[in-house]
Amino acid sequence: MTSIDYQMLDNSRLRLVISGKLDAESTSRLWSQALEKVGQVEPQTLVVDATGVDYCDGAGMALLVRLQAAQQRSAGQIQIKGLRSEFKQLLRLFDPGNVPGLEPRANSFVRLVEGVGQTAVKLLKDFKAQVSFAGELSVKLLGTVTCPGTLRSNDTFLIAEKAGADAVGITALLGFLIGLILAFQSAIAMRKFGAEIFVADLVTISLFRELGPLLTAFVLASRSGSAFAAELGTMKVNEEIDALTTMGIDPVRFLAIPRVIAAVAVMPFLTMFNNLFGLIGCGLVMISVGFAPIAVVNQIQQAVGLGDLFGGLAKTLVFGMLIAGIGCLRGLQTGTGASAVGDSATRAVVSSIIAIVFADGVFAVLYYFLGI
Amino acid sequence: MQDSSEPIIRVEDLTVAYGDSVVLKDLNFQVESGEVFIILGGSGCGKSTLLKHMISLHCPVNGRILIDGADIVTAEGSELREILRKIGVMYQNGALFGSMNLLDNICLVLEEFTDLPRDAAETIALMKLNVVGLADSAYKMPSELSGGMKKRAAIARAMALDPKILFLDEPSAGLDPITSAQLDDLILELSRSLKITFVVVTHELPSIFTVADRVIMLDKNTKTIIATGKPDELRDKSDNPWVRQFFSRRAEADVRV
Repeated sequence: MTSIDYQMLDNSRLRLVISGKLDAESTSRLWSQALEKVGQVEPQTLVVDATGVDYCDGAGMALLVRLQAAQQRSAGQIQIKGLRSEFKQLLRLFDPGNVPGLEPRANSFVRLVEGVGQTAVKLLKDFKAQVSFAGELSVKLLGTVTCPGTLRSNDTFLIAEKAGADAVGITALLGFLIGLILAFQSAIAMRKFGAEIFVADLVTISLFRELGPLLTAFVLASRSGSAFAAELGTMKVNEEIDALTTMGIDPVRFLAIPRVIAAVAVMPFLTMFNNLFGLIGCGLVMISVGFAPIAVVNQIQQAVGLGDLFGGLAKTLVFGMLIAGIGCLRGLQTGTGASAVGDSATRAVVSSIIAIVFADGVFAVLYYFLGI
Repeated sequence: MQDSSEPIIRVEDLTVAYGDSVVLKDLNFQVESGEVFIILGGSGCGKSTLLKHMISLHCPVNGRILIDGADIVTAEGSELREILRKIGVMYQNGALFGSMNLLDNICLVLEEFTDLPRDAAETIALMKLNVVGLADSAYKMPSELSGGMKKRAAIARAMALDPKILFLDEPSAGLDPITSAQLDDLILELSRSLKITFVVVTHELPSIFTVADRVIMLDKNTKTIIATGKPDELRDKSDNPWVRQFFSRRAEADVRV
């Protein structure tokens, strides 16, 4: 059984007698007790009597080192007596004299101010990076448009298939359910006014102008934007991006341009699928509340014009560009280590969603002034 | 070397395989307490596979691996945890947790296995880092370290719980000769002062001649041990010409490749 005993030898000297097995288990029990006692007394000289210590591992050594550090801090002295030679040798190996003190922690207010400042600087730097990447991407896109031979068309088709064709199912399902839910919820409210037929107008206009493009953009951001970031991020961690650069291949042209073009190309089609299935969901609800299918179709046709459809689809081109651009940027910004790729994917989705909503607001204002 | 009648590791009739493909067959050897034991062999002969079986990452087809008297192959739950407490492992690229600084990398192990207060765990972590010469880098992230520093930090983490045995997978691979020699010195120092038993997988010849007490050499074709002994004895006196060729680092295949 490990025990610790304290004796005041005189006013300035404290004797600490440790005996038994000084391992992780016993040290964890003795640690606070011993340090508190020494902290209270603050002896000029601390005498540690370790004659009775028959076993001492790293944890036990740590206690001795910590006592020594405590004495040094209070400008006192320490004498370790009776420690067996093999343990003395261990203590020498760990060389406690050279162990630096634990890093002093700044108080919480200073840490808060520091944190706010660091975050602000980080946000500004990030904004700058986004602007400069947008510029770089635009120039290179223009280059690809004027010289289409430089586009890696096979990659582009493959990415378009993954981001577009493979996402048709989820987009259609989401559109169908949203159309269904929206129609059902609004039908309950409209019934009070006997205006249930206008549910078709409500659902169609919201789907074509806002919900369709937004929902599809969210699907693309969470499916493909994060995938782009993770893929490019892994390439960055594996130094593949560096390899491309040293081979004289521009990573933006090689990796980002095909993704941006593919995302821009598939977005309008996915949105149309989303809209179509939304209308089917809406139609089902309308038929179930007693309208004839032809009445529903007529109402939908009256409700929207081509302006609404194309206005919505035009937005999706910008959304596609934002999602792919941000996904690639986050991927290329990936740091080192296993968590960096995950961080990049998260940041890609979050930034894309913010950018999409922001761009949607800009479009709303623009369309208002253009009368669309 | 510590005097002990019972070897600290005893491998009996070990056969390991991936699916139908047998990698090592009927291996028998033992590691004495306190020695630096090297597992050698050409590329693809199953050195790292053997190591992974010895630390219970893989389960062998047949055989026993006794660590300090307890069979790690059949051990489960608290028994396995008890055995794992006695061993520390340094992986080839360090395998430090990238999201934590060095101090936290070591404290994690201490906090998982003991009830030590945070202050105590940090002091122990700093001491272990001091032993490998990295106390100044305690608050650095692994991504800020060089290859050699990562390996030393990984040794410090492997030593967190004062293990009896340290397993090192290719400690010198990818290091410059000076860093590699420093790592060899560290191994010798730890072996001498802390009486830690080392099981090292390597094929760096200078390292082997510096640190090894005993060597076993695995062979890809026979899937078994073809030589055991001290490195200089094997180089000069082995019956097997391939072993002599390996130790004298000759490319011309007077026997086979």
